[in-house]
Amino acid sequence: MMRNGVGREIPDNILGIGALRPFEKNMVNGMQKNVQPFKDRQRNSERNRVLDSIEAAVLRTGLKDGMTISFHHHFRNGDFVVNMVMDIIARMGIRDLVLAPSSLSDIHGPLVEHIKNGVIRRIETSGLRGDLAQAISNGLMDIPVVINSHGGRARSIASGELPIDVAFLGVPCCDSYGNANGFSLEHGAISACGSLGYAMVDAKHAKQVVLITDNLVEYPNTPFAIPESQVDYIVVVDSIGDPKGIVSGATRYTSNPKDLLIARCAAGVIEASGYFTDGFSLQTGSGGASLATTRFLREKMIAANIKASFALGGITGQIVDLYEEGLIKRLLDVQSFDLRAVESLKNNRLHQQIDAEYYASFDNKGCAAHQLDVVILSALEIDLDFNVNVITGSDGVIRGASGGHSDTAAGAAAVIIVAPLIRGRMPSILDKVNTVITPGHTVDVLVTDQGIAVNPLRKDLLENLKSAGLPVFSIEELKAKADRIVGKPDPILWEDKIVGLVKYRDGSIIDVIRQVKRKL
Amino acid sequence: MRIQQVGIAGTLESSDITIHIEPNEGKGIDIELKSTVENQFGRQIRSVIQETLLELGITDAYVRANDKGALDCTIRARMVTAVNRAALGSYSPWEVK
Repeated sequence: MMRNGVGREIPDNILGIGALRPFEKNMVNGMQKNVQPFKDRQRNSERNRVLDSIEAAVLRTGLKDGMTISFHHHFRNGDFVVNMVMDIIARMGIRDLVLAPSSLSDIHGPLVEHIKNGVIRRIETSGLRGDLAQAISNGLMDIPVVINSHGGRARSIASGELPIDVAFLGVPCCDSYGNANGFSLEHGAISACGSLGYAMVDAKHAKQVVLITDNLVEYPNTPFAIPESQVDYIVVVDSIGDPKGIVSGATRYTSNPKDLLIARCAAGVIEASGYFTDGFSLQTGSGGASLATTRFLREKMIAANIKASFALGGITGQIVDLYEEGLIKRLLDVQSFDLRAVESLKNNRLHQQIDAEYYASFDNKGCAAHQLDVVILSALEIDLDFNVNVITGSDGVIRGASGGHSDTAAGAAAVIIVAPLIRGRMPSILDKVNTVITPGHTVDVLVTDQGIAVNPLRKDLLENLKSAGLPVFSIEELKAKADRIVGKPDPILWEDKIVGLVKYRDGSIIDVIRQVKRKL
Repeated sequence: MRIQQVGIAGTLESSDITIHIEPNEGKGIDIELKSTVENQFGRQIRSVIQETLLELGITDAYVRANDKGALDCTIRARMVTAVNRAALGSYSPWEVK
C-alpha cells in the first residue's frame, strides 16, 4: 500500500491484474503544467520540433552506419529532397545505409556516387530510371536492388519486415508541430503534390520521422495527411522540389491514332465485360491510351446511364472530369498525377486521400484495390502466358516501376492491359517477358491496336467479348501478326550476376533481374 | 551502279533510318550501324543493307546507318534512294511500268 501523488492509498498489487503504478504529479519547468499561450509554446525551445538544418536533424535522430532510411516519390522527377539529404548524410560520414524510398526517378542520378563511395549499401524501391537504373543494370551494386510493388512496400513496412529507422519526408506544407499535407487550403503551396499516400505509410511506421518543407504554416495545419503525433523533427529549406517536375500542368489528350484505337477498343472491352453496371469501380493509369480510354468510357456511361461508385489509384484530370460531371461518385487518391487532380483533392469533398496500405496492401484487413471491377494497365512487354513486364526495357536495362501493377491486377475482377502491338521495331508480345512483374494468371485481357486477346483462364470474358463482336484473337495469333512485320528479335544476353530481385506483393520473389551483357 | 559521291536518305524520326553512303573504291562494303534496337535487330539490319546493295550491283560502298527502329521495308527504301543519289542513278523499282 502506498500514497500516490494525490494522496490516495493504492495497493501495490491486485490479484488478476498485477503490479500497479501509482499516479505521480509531473511538473513542467517547476509549474504544474505548461501555461504559455499556444503561440508561445511553438517558439519554446524545449517543445519546438523545428530544427535549423538537415544536419541537425540527422544528428538528433542518431542515424548510424547500416541503418535504413526512407523517402517518398510524390515529387516525381521534380524531387530535390533525396539528393539534398543524401549529400548531407554522405558529408557527415555515415555509411552502409539501406535506402528504401517508395520510388526513384531520372533526377536521382547523383545517387550513383553515393553507392560507389559506400554511403548506400542496398536499395529497395518500386522504380528506377535514368543514369541510376543504367548503372545498376550494369552491375554497380554488390547487393541486388529489391523491387517492390506499392502495396508490397506498404505491407513489408507495416509488418516490420522492412523496418525504417528514419524517414525523411518532403512535405509541401507543414506547421511547427508537424501536421503536414501535400496541398494547403488557405496558404497555397508552391510544391503542391496532392495526395501524400505513399509517405503516410512511412510517417506511421518509421521509428523516427523528419519532415522537410519549404512552407511552414500556421498551427494547426488542417486538413493534414501526416499528423503531428507521428513527427519527430521538422526542417525548413528553400525548396523541396521543382513544381514543373512535381505535377504536369494538364495531362494532354493523346492525338496518337494508335493510342486512340487502343483506347476505343479498351472502352468497348469494359462495356462488354459484364462488369459495366451501375455502381461499378475502376482504376486507370496515366499512359496515353489509358487516359483516352476514360474519355471513350465517359460517352458509354452517359449513353447507358451508368455511374461508377468510385475510382481508385493515381488520380488524373480525366478522372476528375468524370467525378465533377457526376459520373463517378467518389475518388480514392493515393497519388495525384496532375494539377487538376491536386486542385480536386483540395476542393472536392468526396475526393479522399488514402495511404498505400489502404490502397493495396496484401494482408491487412481490407484494401481498396481488392474492390476494383476494372483496371486499365500498361505493359512494356507481355508474353504468351500473359505475364507482364513493366520494369526492364527491351534491351534488358531497368527503366520503369513496379508501381501498383501487380496489386491492382490481383485485386480487380477484369484486368485490361493496353499496349501497341509494335513499338518502333520492338514487338510487345514475346514468348517470355524479360522480367515478370505481374503473373499472367491475374491478367485477363490484352488490347492492342491490332486486336484483343483474352486469357484462356477467363472463358466468361472471352464469350462476352466475342458476342459483342469485338476483334478477339488468340495471343499467339496477335504475336504472329507482329512477328510478320518486325521479324524475330535476337534474345538479350545476360551475365550471371543478379542486379535486381523482384518481390511480388506478398513479399515472395517472383523474378530476378540479371546484369546485361555488353556486346563488344 | 557505282558510288560516285555522298548520298543521304531518311530522317531521325522514330521508326525511320538515316542512310549515308559514300565511295569506298576498291575496298568492298563497310557498314557502320547505330541502332536503338542494335542488340535485338543489329544482325538483321546489316543483312538487309547488304542484300539491297547486292541487288543494286554495288560492290564498293561505305554505309553509315543511324536507325531508330525502322522496319525492313523502310530500310530498303532508304537504301535505294541513298544509292540513287550517290550513284547518280534513277533506279526506282516502285514506279508503275
